[in-house]
Amino acid sequence: MDIRLDRISHSYGRSEILRDISLDVPSGQIVCLVGPSGCGKSTLLRFLGGLERPSAGRVLQLGTRPRGCLNPLTYVFQDFALLPWRTVRGNISLVLEDHGVKGAAADAIIEDVLSRTKLSDFAEALPKQLSGGMKQRVAIARALAVRPAVMLMDEPLSALDSQTRELLMDDLVALWTRQPFTAVYVTHNLAEAVRLGHKIVVLSRRPGQIRQIVDIEKPLSERSYGDADLEAIQKHLWELMREEARAADEELLDV
Amino acid sequence: MSDTPSLPTSPLKEPLEVRFRGGGFAPTSHRWIGMAVFVVLILVTEWGTRTGWISPLSLPQPSDVLATFGELWRSGQLFKHLVPSLTRFVVGALIGVSLGIIVGVQIGLFSYIRSGMVPLVAAIFPIPKIALLPLFVIWFGIGEGSKYALIAFGTFTPTVVATYGAVDNVDRSLIRMGQSFGLSWFSIVRKIVLPGAMPGILSGLRISLAIAIILLVAAEMLGAQYGIGAYILEAGSLYDLERLFAGVVMLSLLGILTSGAIGLIERRLLGWRI
Repeated sequence: MDIRLDRISHSYGRSEILRDISLDVPSGQIVCLVGPSGCGKSTLLRFLGGLERPSAGRVLQLGTRPRGCLNPLTYVFQDFALLPWRTVRGNISLVLEDHGVKGAAADAIIEDVLSRTKLSDFAEALPKQLSGGMKQRVAIARALAVRPAVMLMDEPLSALDSQTRELLMDDLVALWTRQPFTAVYVTHNLAEAVRLGHKIVVLSRRPGQIRQIVDIEKPLSERSYGDADLEAIQKHLWELMREEARAADEELLDV
Repeated sequence: MSDTPSLPTSPLKEPLEVRFRGGGFAPTSHRWIGMAVFVVLILVTEWGTRTGWISPLSLPQPSDVLATFGELWRSGQLFKHLVPSLTRFVVGALIGVSLGIIVGVQIGLFSYIRSGMVPLVAAIFPIPKIALLPLFVIWFGIGEGSKYALIAFGTFTPTVVATYGAVDNVDRSLIRMGQSFGLSWFSIVRKIVLPGAMPGILSGLRISLAIAIILLVAAEMLGAQYGIGAYILEAGSLYDLERLFAGVVMLSLLGILTSGAIGLIERRLLGWRI
């Protein structure tokens, strides 16, 4: 299933956040959205999953959903959003219960996603017992459990320390390599973008517009930490954003 | 030349150890200290009343209070007073707390109910409920009904306020998560909002139940033949300090028991908290 943003614009009151954004997210690819802070990239992601409504423009789903898909547009949040009173297993079964998946069918899905995210030994743990990286893996497992058509990832690694972030990036690459998924990945971290993105969309500062779309041909599995060609792309992205980021930083917030 | 600029320093005589200045501000609870406070207070009173340092007119001797308890127990009077009191407490508090939680959750969820009920609750909250007892007697009769109503009404308002505050404090990102996974409205309320509000509801319950005990006694003082309140009133009007204190001790024990019961529920239900 592809997803298309059709001339999305948005403003909160008098301040314009996003202006005329059109973008195709082809299935089986990870599209990274980068941009200076406050450029509306997270807002754009909320439009994609229907958690917020744009002032103008539409979000379209093209084609058919994959088979067995329970929740086509599924988020992975920056703050994990795990229920602290449910175990790892309970957090995953939460999103299955409402789609009528219970008992043995649910158990099979839970076992599968836990083993894919290397969490099989932690099924009965409570979130408070887990490290940040583990919590985000639970959130990823929960997202995988509903067999999404598109994963909407909102700075999923930003709350983690840099070492955990490297490990989780490797995990995400491994997950994608084994079974390609479609994702829109919002981040402010350019290193993450060049490691995980097939396509990197650079947004300008407010009002956010698409400045450039950078395609990276190199397969995900062949990319690694500190690759020279990736560094070159990252540098190019930074050149694009540098002035904007400075200007955005010096902007007065009139909210 | 090295890169580090040399700062002007006084010649070092003795290495100065860094003084510890952190710590504190983290009270822990030692159960036995609480017990010790009670024991010391009782022993001092006992000693004071025995030696005549405390006049028997101002405080009864603790051992006499204990003897009064024994007498109450033997004569069967204890349960004659305790059972109606406990029944009123349980029935009244149950009605008030459950209605309070239902209304509080609705205020937390629906804009219209919130707009309509919050000013009403604010208007009812400061009324001393005991002042309304005559009204309740007219509405519900002189018997048990008016006492249940008084206790229910008194526990209702604090429970409402605590509950809607707790619902307001439920992490919105968890609710957005529920919506993003396509959970139904009812599931979000049952599986996310209610468990998330539980810590606030339970701490509100501590206050509500303490108020219930106060109102229980007040109601029994105004019109009951049996009950802890009636017992205390009778003892008080005869200046029978031993019996008065026996009644007061029963109330304290009831307070400790309810607080302990809530603590037990908290430990069972809220083990997930950090």
